Amino acid sequence: MNAVSPALVQRATLFWNRHKWSYFFVLPSTLLFILFIVYPLFQAFLLSFQDVGLRRAEWVGLKNFEFLFNSTLFHKSLLNTFVYAFFVVVSWTTSSLVVAVLLQPFSNWVRAVFRGAFYLPYVSSVVVISLVWLWIFQPDFGFLNYILGLLGIPRVLWLQDPNIALWSIVLSTIVIIPGTGVVIYSAALGAIPTEYYDAAEVEGANAFHRLRFITFPLLKPTTLYLVVIYTIAGFQIFERVYVMTGGGPVNSTMTLVQLIYRTAFSDFNYGRASAIALVLFAIIALFSFLQFRVLSSDYEY
Amino acid sequence: MAAKSVPYAELTTLRKRYNRRRLDISKLLVLILLTTMAVVSLFPLYWIFATALTPAASTVKIPPELIPANPTLDNFFEIAKAGGTTTLHLPFVDEPLHIQRVWLWLFNTALYAVISMVIHLVFDSMAAYALAKRRFPGARPLFWLILAAIMIPPQVTLIPLFFLVRDMGLNNTFQGLLLPGLADVIGIFLLKQFMQTIPSELEEAARIDGASEWQIYRLVIMPLSIPALAVTAIFAFQRYWNNFLWPLVITHNPDLFTLQVGLSYIQNGEFGTNYGLLMSGAALAALPMIAVFFAFQRYFVQGLRIGAVKG
Repeated sequence: MNAVSPALVQRATLFWNRHKWSYFFVLPSTLLFILFIVYPLFQAFLLSFQDVGLRRAEWVGLKNFEFLFNSTLFHKSLLNTFVYAFFVVVSWTTSSLVVAVLLQPFSNWVRAVFRGAFYLPYVSSVVVISLVWLWIFQPDFGFLNYILGLLGIPRVLWLQDPNIALWSIVLSTIVIIPGTGVVIYSAALGAIPTEYYDAAEVEGANAFHRLRFITFPLLKPTTLYLVVIYTIAGFQIFERVYVMTGGGPVNSTMTLVQLIYRTAFSDFNYGRASAIALVLFAIIALFSFLQFRVLSSDYEY
Repeated sequence: MAAKSVPYAELTTLRKRYNRRRLDISKLLVLILLTTMAVVSLFPLYWIFATALTPAASTVKIPPELIPANPTLDNFFEIAKAGGTTTLHLPFVDEPLHIQRVWLWLFNTALYAVISMVIHLVFDSMAAYALAKRRFPGARPLFWLILAAIMIPPQVTLIPLFFLVRDMGLNNTFQGLLLPGLADVIGIFLLKQFMQTIPSELEEAARIDGASEWQIYRLVIMPLSIPALAVTAIFAFQRYWNNFLWPLVITHNPDLFTLQVGLSYIQNGEFGTNYGLLMSGAALAALPMIAVFFAFQRYFVQGLRIGAVKG
């Protein structure tokens, strides 16, 4: 017989009465989270070991990864993604820091105006921004070739030349000062106590010394945060490529996400696309982890 | 050194006076540099609107018109035609509605963004309240799972999500477009960080006064969280208004497109090289976000700071 002991019933009732509201509050989000994040993530692993097409699904072990390992297109996409991410992270982190430091001495309203100006380009979608760059890069009537023409430089096939296209996409990303970084760095700069600078000044430190030995070390946690989010964003580059080049010419701008999209939704090779997605996931996870290890700070203030 | 020490307050005023005198040349140069960078950063955005207002014939000439000489709204009418027309059968209305698709895209995008935003505000704030203020078994693991989920690139779950939604019979439907986005966890994190700063005495006082748990959430926590809710709402609206990959994958019927997908659809069609027309579409997609930005600028700044504090 399996009689439930009264003590257990009592404890369960007590537990239920004490916690039912907590579980009620987290229930909707948790269900959505399990259904649309945890379960698909689990499925992504399973799919990457299968040959999945429109009407087939077959377990193939590591075949997808083997294929990627030998695929020159995959290598090319990997390299392009790294190149893009590298330049974006280095340039965005540097330029937002420089702008934030330059802005610091100005009055509040000047800072607010500039912060707004630098943030404004980031409120519209990447699709919109990519469309206008497509127009700026247009070989015959585009704005950039017009400017080069004024300087006597022959026109450049920004997006049509396989040797240049990737660099054009990089250029379109890095010439825009990242508003997010400027806002976040400005906030962090504002939080550094002025006494530190006063003390350093009394000790005879010049402006460079104050930057080098006070500002930069104290900004380290902010830098870490920005480097991590920019790395993640950089590796996920898709819309710019999709709109401006579609991965071409001759795959010269193919990136990982563009390749995932094409493999899945043009070639209908879902298993292989999932394998690429997992590689992307692994790279992002690895880099986030490494950056935390290298840059994580032992300063407290 | 035991020389005459300068009081701290006096030192600060001295430094301020010194800085003010030094302002002129170096500060002016920095201002010019910053302005140049701002002009370059804003140029693409400006160029969208300048080209959109330029007559089609004038966009294909050298030199380009930096300021439209004969501004016109023609491009906006052209893109409305380029998107094609469709017929809708609305409930409770006998007459079928003929509408240019571009306006339908605008409507779809707004509906998608607003519904996602509202559901996120309700569900995210409920979860955030429980995680920030209530102790219950499983709270910590749940929070860590959510934090880890922020790191998962959306492309990783894209294909399984597509299968899942397809198997639910929702491929190429508005529900299919909407549902998976509701699992976004960033809002929970943002709101939890904020709600932790609300003093617990307020809840306890309400509890002693006999408020139910729902009333505490609804009448104590929610009103005090308005700044954080505003931030969550604006970021959610922006995220869904601008979303591209998921709408691209899940909508195939042009009547269901969002503006972003519709734009890339027009760009891939016969009007793909008519830049005046494309820029007017880009302007349509950009304008609402720009308006939101100017209306709620301080919340954007606040939101970025809350996000960055986690460090």
